[in-house]
Order: sequence, then C-alpha cells, then structure tokens
Amino acid sequence: MSIFVDENTKVIVQGLTGGQGRFHGLRNRDYGTKVVGGVTPGKGGSDVDGIPVFNTVKEAVAATGATASFVVVPPKFASAAIIEAAEGGITFIVCITEGIPAQDEAITYNRLVEEFPGVRLLGPNCPGIISPGKCNIGITSGDIALAGGPVGIVSRSGTLTYQALYELSQQGIGQTTCVGIGGDPVPGTNFIDCLAAFQADPETLAVMMIGEIGGSEEERAAEWIKANMTKPVVSYIAGVTAPAGRKMGHAGAIISGSKGTAQAKMDALAAAGVHVCLNPTEAGQKMGEIVKAL
Amino acid sequence: MDLFEYQGKQYFARYGIAVSPGDIADTVDQAVEVAERVGYPVVVKAQVKVGGRGKAGGVKLAHDVNEVRLHAGNILGLDIKGHVVHRLWVERSSDIAKEYYASFTLDRQNKTHLGMLSAQGGVEIEVVAEENPDAIAFLAIDPVRGLDVETARRWVNDAELDEAAREQAAELLVHLYECYTKGDCDLAEINPLILTPDNKVHALDAKVTLDENASFRHPEWEEFRADEFEDPREKLAKEKGLNYIGLDGTVGIIANGAGLAMSTLDVVNQVGGTAANFLDIGGGANADVMASALEVINTDPKVKAIFVNIFGGITRVDEVANGVLEALSRVDISTPIVLRLDGTNALEGRAILAPHLNDSLITEPTMLDAARRVVSLANA
Repeated sequence: MSIFVDENTKVIVQGLTGGQGRFHGLRNRDYGTKVVGGVTPGKGGSDVDGIPVFNTVKEAVAATGATASFVVVPPKFASAAIIEAAEGGITFIVCITEGIPAQDEAITYNRLVEEFPGVRLLGPNCPGIISPGKCNIGITSGDIALAGGPVGIVSRSGTLTYQALYELSQQGIGQTTCVGIGGDPVPGTNFIDCLAAFQADPETLAVMMIGEIGGSEEERAAEWIKANMTKPVVSYIAGVTAPAGRKMGHAGAIISGSKGTAQAKMDALAAAGVHVCLNPTEAGQKMGEIVKAL
Repeated sequence: MDLFEYQGKQYFARYGIAVSPGDIADTVDQAVEVAERVGYPVVVKAQVKVGGRGKAGGVKLAHDVNEVRLHAGNILGLDIKGHVVHRLWVERSSDIAKEYYASFTLDRQNKTHLGMLSAQGGVEIEVVAEENPDAIAFLAIDPVRGLDVETARRWVNDAELDEAAREQAAELLVHLYECYTKGDCDLAEINPLILTPDNKVHALDAKVTLDENASFRHPEWEEFRADEFEDPREKLAKEKGLNYIGLDGTVGIIANGAGLAMSTLDVVNQVGGTAANFLDIGGGANADVMASALEVINTDPKVKAIFVNIFGGITRVDEVANGVLEALSRVDISTPIVLRLDGTNALEGRAILAPHLNDSLITEPTMLDAARRVVSLANA
C-alpha cells in the first residue's frame, strides 16, 4: 500500500495553464497520475494537452470527482488557492509554492484546522508526494523513484527528498510513498503525521527520515518514534556545518531553546533508537543493510 | 531582513507605537543638528545590527553640544563586534521609572503567534527566560482571530506590569501586534518598553525582522533596503535573487534548495574540505540565475574550486547546464568547476555539457565523488 495517495487518486492542478503548472502537471500525468482537470480563473472551457480547464475548483470537482489538488500558483495567490481547494471539496492539497509570507501561512493553516478538519495540506514549499508506480503529485522527477516498497520516505528538504529516493533506487530498494513536507515555518503536514501513516501501512517496513536544522519538529518526531514506532527508522539531518543564527532574533531563540541544532536533533533521534547517519549516501547504505535483513 | 533600530522605530511609528523624538545622523554636525532640534539631554546610539552596543561604548548620554560632538565623534567609525558604525540615532533622553519587555513572533511548534511580555525588561530576555521563566507572560494568539484589546488587558495584568502602565501598554501591544502581522514581521520586539516617571509608556528600542517573502506587498521596504550596509558579495547575490552566506573556506558551493546546499557543506566538510559559502539558487532557477551564481562566487578570492550540486525537481538540469556555459562565456572563471547533476532533465543537461568538459569543467556521478574531487582540487 501507499499513504495519502494511490493509483485511484484523481488530481486537479490549480495553475495548470501557467508555465510551471503545465510542465509539472503534464509530467505528473505522463507518470500515470490521474490528472483529471486544471483550474485557472477566466480560462474555463479551454484545455491543456487534452486536460479540461475549469474556472473554479468547485466546478472542477463537480465535473471530475477529484479529491486531490496540486497548487502551483505564485506566492501572492497561493493562500487563496489553498482555501478555494478546501471549500471546493478537495481533501488532499499539495502546494509547492515557494515564498509565501509566513503571516499568510499561519492564517491558512489555522483556517484549515478550524473550518476544514478533514482536509490535509502538504507543504507549502515542498516537492510534493510520490507513491511510485501509482501517483506523483508535485515536482519530483518520477524516474528516480522505484515502485514496490518497502521503504517510506519523509523529508523536510525538497532536493534531499530526491537524493533519498535516488540513494535507495540505486540499490534496487523500492518505496511505498515518498512525502516531502517542506521546510517552511508552518507546514500543513509534519513528520509525525507521516510517521504515523507509515507505521499503520502494512507494506511499509522501514522509514527514511530527512530533517534539517531549525525549529524542533525532528525532536518532536523523535519523541513520537520512541513511544509509537515499531518499524526501523534511518535519519539524516542536514546542516551540521551550516552557519548558525543568521535569521533568528531573540524571541525566536527562546522558543527553540537549545533545540534546533543538527547535533541536538541527531542526539534526540539516536536516543529514540533511530539509525542516525551523517550524509545521504550513508543513510542510503544503512537502509540497504536494514532492508536486506528484513 | 533585520532592520536597524532607527528603521524599526520608524516602522513602529507608522503603526501608532510611541517612540522618542529623534532622527538619524551620519556625521557629527548632523548629530548636533538633531540634538538641538529634539532638545537636551539626548542619547547618541550606534546603528549596528548586533547586540551589546551599550557595553561596547556605542550608546552615550549627552547633556550639551560639546558632549554630543564628543560622543558622536567617538561612536562613528567604532567597530562593534565586526560591525563598523556608519550611522547614529540621536533621540531625546527619557526618564525611566520601569523597564518592560514585549515581543511577537511565530511559534512554529504550535503554529500560532506567540506574544511574550515581562515586567523585567532592559536585560537580555534569554537570561530572564533561563533564570526566572515565570517572569515572562506567554500568550498564544490564533492568527485567524488576532489580538483584541480585552485580551491584551488581561495579558498586561498577568505579566504584572505596574498599574499606571497597564492601559497604555495594552493599547500599545495591540498596535505592536498589528505591526507584526500587517507589517509582515518575523519578529517585532521592544526591549525595553518603558514607563516614565510621568506615567507615559513608550518604546525605547526596536528590534524588527521583516519577512522577505512579503516584499511584494510592501513597496515601502525599499528605503530600508537602500540603507543596508552589508557584505558586498551578499549584496550582489541578493540583487540576483540568490540566497548567499559567506564563509571562510576554499570550496565555493552552489546547490539548489537549502537542504541540499546544507548537505553539500556537510559532505565537503566530511571529506576534508571547507566551504567558502552557502549558496542556494532556489527552486526553478534558470540559466541566468545559474550564471549569476557562478559570477558571485567568482568574485571571492578565497575560492580554489567550485562545487555545483544540482538535483533537479522544479529546477531543470538542462537550464543549469546552459547557465554554466553562459557564465563561462560571460566571465573568466579562474577556478575549476566540479558538477554533479541529477533529477529533472539530467540526461539533457549532461549532454549539453559533454562537449565542453575538460580539466577545469568536470562532472562526477555522485555527490560524494564530486565532493572528494572538488576538495582534492581545492587543497592541491
């Protein structure tokens, strides 16, 4: 099985008529994803390479039965697009947009939680999600993924998500689902959401977790793993040698306390029984050993 | 973008937050002119984006024109932790009865806004948090609902601000929250927020970090940007839309995505090298962005070899390859370049570069191989 999306997931692309939307929307369809429609206000009735375009999400959902949306619109329109998707009946929203103001993200996240509790947002500023051989929503290059499991991947960093897929596929190790949760301040889906889904998925036998410096999501994930996870987890945290303190002010430093450094995250994960690796290649090799021994 | 104190105060004033009358001065004569205008005594304050100005001699009280000349002359040009003072803020001195602390920032863990308020201001809030956490009143604010004055009134009571300060402080906090949200700040902090002996509450300092992602709706931020005195290479990179941070090593690094860029630093370090910089060209970078990235790194004399580490997603590797060739045709790049290219359109990208490969333009199949190669070149 896979988590969140599979071969039956019907997807619309908000922003399909734009340059990025067209490029990645069509690549997703070429991969085999059921891309059933696009949404661009004012362009309803047209099509993009045979994919019908609608003026609103509501119309698109009514006509196609889509349950997932791929939001690929500029930062200033992204929050409105996410809310429109939720109002239009979409239950799984993938937003890849980079550069959304943090204030907008905070409002959008809390509106979804309060008004649309059944809706999951992945991102923003994430590469999307791929269940290899079944469904690819987002900007991940499908040819670096390998179908058949047994590894699930969850990653905070876009490009390191691809690196993780690549390291496993090179060894002939397949993936059930690979989720890029994105590195923005207010992600819709976090590590724990994905770890819990992988723990519940019978076909996922091990999980690769890619984190990075800043915030305390990895530490919280470590606590969750310690209490709930029975499947092996391999982790890599980027930023051991990264320059510190360039963005955070005093108030921010207090919230994160001593947490937030790569070392603190690696220590927390190691204490939770996670196999902590120092670079993506080492993480891939460690996972190779674990999968062989399963 | 971190603002200077004077910019923060100007920003606060737009949202109705009381600050002391004052103005900027870039010369001793200007400092005197401001002092005469606002009235003595004045405080002469170094404008640098670093803490500990007072201890370094960057904040002085002046009672008359001679003292203004003396202090302004001493502070201009002063080096405070590597930051040279080019500008002063001269403001009317305030009598202080009490010092408080107030700030708003995003609580990433709870995904709400977080207000912090303390009756113990004027000192480093980290120290208060460490030694006496009960002295800080934390307030979680739902971004959808915001902060109303009723809630702010309860909050100033919880923080045990002095009775005389409470109503004014509650109103000021609502304005500060508006500045933080509508003004798109990552951080809006006042330390100290003061109560004067005649029972007036106002901001004596301002620490503001703006969220660059919101630049599109704040054309007024341009003036802040014009006053940034930063590393010329970082300035050039910013103009080109690149996320660049200068470091001390010899391997120039270009990667797409902050995570991969950080990971590239890690791997270079693990195989015995040192990074000269962190440079993330971002998602969807085209040939021109790639060429600009190489140009920025090429201006760094410390760089002995360059590592271009690209895993295409929204970024297309063929665009990156074209950017490398464009850069090579535009500028004379004196150091060898090692590339590792994977992901979206990687085959097309490698094909574009294939006819141009030589001893100073090298591709390697994996990140680790490329790191070893570039470090051996840099250390040679």
